[in-house]
Amino acid sequence: MQRRIPRLAAGLVAAAGVLALTACGSGFSGSSGSSSSGAAGGLTSSKSALTVLIGSSGDAETAAVKSAVADWSGTSGTKASVQAATNLTQQLSQGFAAKKPADVFYLGADTFASYAKQGNLLAYGDQLKNKSDFYPSLVKNFTYDGKFTCAPKDFSTLQLEINTDLWKAAGLTDQDVPTTWDQLATVAKKLTKGKVTGLVTSNEYQRLGAFMVQAGGNLTNDDNTKATVDSAANKQALTYVQSGLKDGWWKFTKDVGAGWGGEAFGKGVAAMTIEGNWISGAMQSDFPKIKYQVAPLPAGPAGKGTLQFTNCWGIAADSPNQAAALKLVEKLTSSDDQLAFAKAFGVMPSIRSAAGDWKQQYPQFAAFLDAADYAKGVPTAVGANDVVTDMNSKLASLKSADIASILSTEQKNLSAVVTG
Amino acid sequence: MTSATAHRPTRRHRTGIRRGQATAGWLFSAPAFLLLLVFLVIPILMALWVSVSDWGGRGSPFSSGVQFVGGKNYAAITSGGGLAEQDFGTALRNNLWYVLLVVPIQTALALLLAVLVNNRVLKGRGFFRTAFYFPSVTSSVAITVLWYFLFNPAGAVNKLLSLIGVTGPNWPADATGVLHNLLALVGVRNGPAVLTDHTFVGISWWEWLAGPSVGMLILISMAVFTTSGTFMLLFIAALQNLSEEVQEAAMVDGASAWQRFRMVTLPQLRTTLFTVLTLGLIGTWQVFDQVFTGSQGDPGKTTITPAYLSYVAGFQNQAWGQAAAIAFILFAIIVVLTLLQRFVLRDRDVSKRRMRRAGFTDAGDGSFRTALVASAADTDISGGRR
Repeated sequence: MQRRIPRLAAGLVAAAGVLALTACGSGFSGSSGSSSSGAAGGLTSSKSALTVLIGSSGDAETAAVKSAVADWSGTSGTKASVQAATNLTQQLSQGFAAKKPADVFYLGADTFASYAKQGNLLAYGDQLKNKSDFYPSLVKNFTYDGKFTCAPKDFSTLQLEINTDLWKAAGLTDQDVPTTWDQLATVAKKLTKGKVTGLVTSNEYQRLGAFMVQAGGNLTNDDNTKATVDSAANKQALTYVQSGLKDGWWKFTKDVGAGWGGEAFGKGVAAMTIEGNWISGAMQSDFPKIKYQVAPLPAGPAGKGTLQFTNCWGIAADSPNQAAALKLVEKLTSSDDQLAFAKAFGVMPSIRSAAGDWKQQYPQFAAFLDAADYAKGVPTAVGANDVVTDMNSKLASLKSADIASILSTEQKNLSAVVTG
Repeated sequence: MTSATAHRPTRRHRTGIRRGQATAGWLFSAPAFLLLLVFLVIPILMALWVSVSDWGGRGSPFSSGVQFVGGKNYAAITSGGGLAEQDFGTALRNNLWYVLLVVPIQTALALLLAVLVNNRVLKGRGFFRTAFYFPSVTSSVAITVLWYFLFNPAGAVNKLLSLIGVTGPNWPADATGVLHNLLALVGVRNGPAVLTDHTFVGISWWEWLAGPSVGMLILISMAVFTTSGTFMLLFIAALQNLSEEVQEAAMVDGASAWQRFRMVTLPQLRTTLFTVLTLGLIGTWQVFDQVFTGSQGDPGKTTITPAYLSYVAGFQNQAWGQAAAIAFILFAIIVVLTLLQRFVLRDRDVSKRRMRRAGFTDAGDGSFRTALVASAADTDISGGRR
């Protein structure tokens, strides 16, 4: 009897090993054939519950999305759960690789193309009932390979924030709010005094790019099909920024020891900064004592211009219940839901029909929404993210840098990834 | 020997008490073996396949749609002049300087601390041991955050520097290379054309010689601070294993404290030294968490490292093949350097010339005496003659 035990145990271990290997096997055997189900309007449909994966800015956002999704679950009868990701891109990638992705998820404009390229996303834009209500420039941001892929969730634009106490202390009035580059330089010089710098922004393209747009340029053309980094307009914009840095009325956040524009602004070392509508939440929670107003960015040689940033509601190509997911997204992008989200965490609705109500509720931030007409997006091509990161690393030393050489290097880098 | 082989029972004929021993052996090692296989060997083989395939992160890398692309992913990061190559070259450069500074400093510091707290004269040794070891058990994320507070332009480090009249740099934002800065002090601002015109892995030789950036010094000092304690522990353990007799014999021979350390203690610590250097080398080539939680590559990409680049390529850019290729090149670098180090630190006889240079004199009978003993003997002899 004693001698049998090892054999029995060996048999058990072998069986367990085989089981373990077959368990792995289910992961390996996945074929890419099932992706065809998403094509030609044929959405998958089943009774399975939906998972919604969000990259939340905090408890307020999580709670708002949870309640909106729970509402929909109640009326539609399809179960759905919301998960706040700790690292959205990482968790999405893991889901896609395992072929068990979240059904609906947040997706940034800068990363969406690389997922679309791999066939991870359902291109459902054209099947949305409220398709024509979205701002066209946002739709363009989420168009991959000619297909409107995912519905814009909300958007943000950059504008100029002014510390009103410092403004008055420098003897400036409402008449002095700058509308041209020259005026911006004039008021910023007046505001620069002691520890206070007139204008403090981060050194990224994601801020300085607004000036490129004002000069009539940007990193790509509007359709994201051609790199236009080394344009005369971009050079003019960066030369203007450089002159401000040299004159000392413009500083980068890193040079004043701040992590972003809002921090420098809140600490009172910046009289003006350039940030998006997200700054309202940060000011409220971190620096409630600072009084400020939001003004449109000054117009450049080519008129008004700013950058816009946006996210969309992605639906996974491998989702077993795409039909329900589409319905959920329609509900989440409806006017009611978007206004509720605006109230909860300060975003701007991505649909035109909600604009009037939003401006009525937040007149002080109207400048942000007005920019929807003239704001331009950031490059979305696969790999463009790397180019922007590289450019940002060079813009950090813009004060003494050779602008032409930065632009020509990045033109080369961006041309390699942006192919019409 | 012959009889032993002749009597060695083959499997079939095994009888008696040894029966089933092999089976039992396999059985007992099976769980560990399976764990290694499932969580180490298979993932490594999968990653190897990914590095030569066009897998894009959807479904299994072994599904039918994934094609073999040969060395394309490796070529993209090591040639072609694109951004991927530049980034990889920059990451290698950054990490190389990081390793060159961190490994020697942390090893020397660890040894110094170990010798200090191993000193029996020292009071409160337990306290110091714990204090020096403490950073090692603290979360690296917490230390990173703390370190960036200290090195903030208005932070404690610059405050301290201002006390002695030095205006500290803007540490986290200064992307200039330390070596370049030193050269600039003697008036060399632009490299010779032979260095600036030729590139290696996407960046010019002049850029390779930039040294660690001022921003990188934050990470370097942090690594030294956190890991010295760990390695100190290894050295203490080794020091406590050394026999007192050898030390006493050296004392009787009249060796000075430094000579005892250099010629007696240190050679006996060689295996520990090898362990520490190897662990240090592997750890520093894989630096990731400080970059991920602290600098994110700033300032000016001077703190991106291959490990961080691999993460970004995979999880952010969905370039999984390139990410795996970076990981395998990193693996190769670590293996080659470890082998090289093993070769350098191998056990070997010390030449007579080296002994003499270290202060030993040849006694003529194949043994050596320290110079001190020799000179003392000479004095005695001359005194006797007088």
